[in-house]
Amino acid sequence: MDDKLCRHCCIKISDLTVRFGNKPVLDNVSLHIHCGEVVAVVGPNGAGKTTLLRTILGEFPYRGAMESRIGGVEGRKPRIGYVPQRLHLDLDSPINVADLVVLAISKRPVWLGVTRRLSEEARRVLSVFSAGYLAKKRIGELSGGELQRVLLAIAMTAEPELLLLDEPGSGVDIQGLSLFYQLVRSLREQHDISVIIVTHDLAGISTYVDRIILLNHSVVAEGEPGKVLSNEKILHTFGPSLWNISALPTLTSLKGEL
Amino acid sequence: MIVLWYKLADYVLPFDLARYIFIKNALLAVLLVTPIFGVLGTMVVSNRMVFFTEVLGHSALTGIAIGILCGIHDPTLPMITIAVVLAVLVNIMKGMTRASMDTVLGVFLAFMIALGITILSRHGGFVKFTTYLIGDILAVTPQQIAWIAALFVIVLIYWCFAGNALILTSVSGSLARSRRIRTFLVETSFTILLAVVVMVAIRLVGILIINSLLVLPAAASRNIARSVGAYTGLSIAISMISGTTGLFASYYWGTASGATIVLFAVGCYAISALTDRIRRKSFT
Repeated sequence: MDDKLCRHCCIKISDLTVRFGNKPVLDNVSLHIHCGEVVAVVGPNGAGKTTLLRTILGEFPYRGAMESRIGGVEGRKPRIGYVPQRLHLDLDSPINVADLVVLAISKRPVWLGVTRRLSEEARRVLSVFSAGYLAKKRIGELSGGELQRVLLAIAMTAEPELLLLDEPGSGVDIQGLSLFYQLVRSLREQHDISVIIVTHDLAGISTYVDRIILLNHSVVAEGEPGKVLSNEKILHTFGPSLWNISALPTLTSLKGEL
Repeated sequence: MIVLWYKLADYVLPFDLARYIFIKNALLAVLLVTPIFGVLGTMVVSNRMVFFTEVLGHSALTGIAIGILCGIHDPTLPMITIAVVLAVLVNIMKGMTRASMDTVLGVFLAFMIALGITILSRHGGFVKFTTYLIGDILAVTPQQIAWIAALFVIVLIYWCFAGNALILTSVSGSLARSRRIRTFLVETSFTILLAVVVMVAIRLVGILIINSLLVLPAAASRNIARSVGAYTGLSIAISMISGTTGLFASYYWGTASGATIVLFAVGCYAISALTDRIRRKSFT
């Protein structure tokens, strides 16, 4: 792809280290997310996947470098759309989907009530992700898949250059999930965005992404989905049956084989 | 300003109440303070800060005590200072520890009460401070009303500018930060505002029940509301209705106003909880 014509964001992370106390959660992580790439960061629970996203968001102090280039311009920070893993809401929270969208698209105080115009605007934003019918539902009443679509719609209102998805698979059935991933891919084609998806579902994600990065505090392996999935040693150690064991051995030795 | 209110109150109030200036003062104070509580309460309940505001209210004891130690006649300033320090401290600790704040707040509660009582009870003098425990709306002065009116305006302006950011932060801190909201600033400014409001209002309703006034209207509204707008509006309405009816009832019954108001608020909560249950049943 010609960089000069490309308005995409690419981001280069070198030797990123993040510590909580004495424990390094991310240890010398180097990644290069290319223009318009959809990348999956896969790893077991507690591998530092969410920490990576939140560091990119600027929430934690880090050692190392994060450089970005947008539309050929060096240094400008990308606009980020972020889809959180979960919301801090009780099931009966009196906030509906339209409220949440209006919080993102308007400065008008939501507590004064949502005007008809804003309500229609919210519906329009949602309908792009086939979620228009959810506008009047309370957030707590949504299914996992519905919530992911609403949050994606909200993330896209920021007109992001980089889209970060944190565990979009949790609480979503397989059909809903493949629909969701297809939606994300189509976004990449319609908008100028690069996408990072964090997940522990190696098998489910592989048909929808350009590249898979295996993370367990540091980058264990990376490559095209086909290559990663055909490597038996990786599948054996990183495979679905072992997903919830966080004390995985580091696979640095496997890196050369990819 | 206040003279205008007295004239207006003559038309609104029944004759036997309109005779008394202190009733008019109390009513004005209630009409100003209850909407503030209604609004702030929505965020207290949504952010699960009910225990925190309980601690905040009780920190008034320490504030009063320190005021007396320093020889300050009006304890409002030391009360506000202690409460603000506590609010900021708790907010910082919340960001630092990954554990539950429950126990930490419990320790703060014990410390604030014990320190306050220890100092105030020197030479057996605690009895004269009991008005702070129960409060006295009927003794509110025009000067205090002016303070409350100023807070009313400040809260209104604050909520117009920071309301959206507060709500988004309570939904998801990371999502809010990704939209360039400075969440620490937003949360800290809210707790400081809360601390000031609670300390100014504590003279009226008392340490023991101030938290109920903050929490109950929002909790009742939450049972019914399905949107942020309805949540806030209903919370304000319930707060004002239980405030005024409680005030009048306390006059006729000869009871403490603060506690009577809280009883009406509990009534509203019970009705809203029942409504919610009935609605759920009819759905299923």
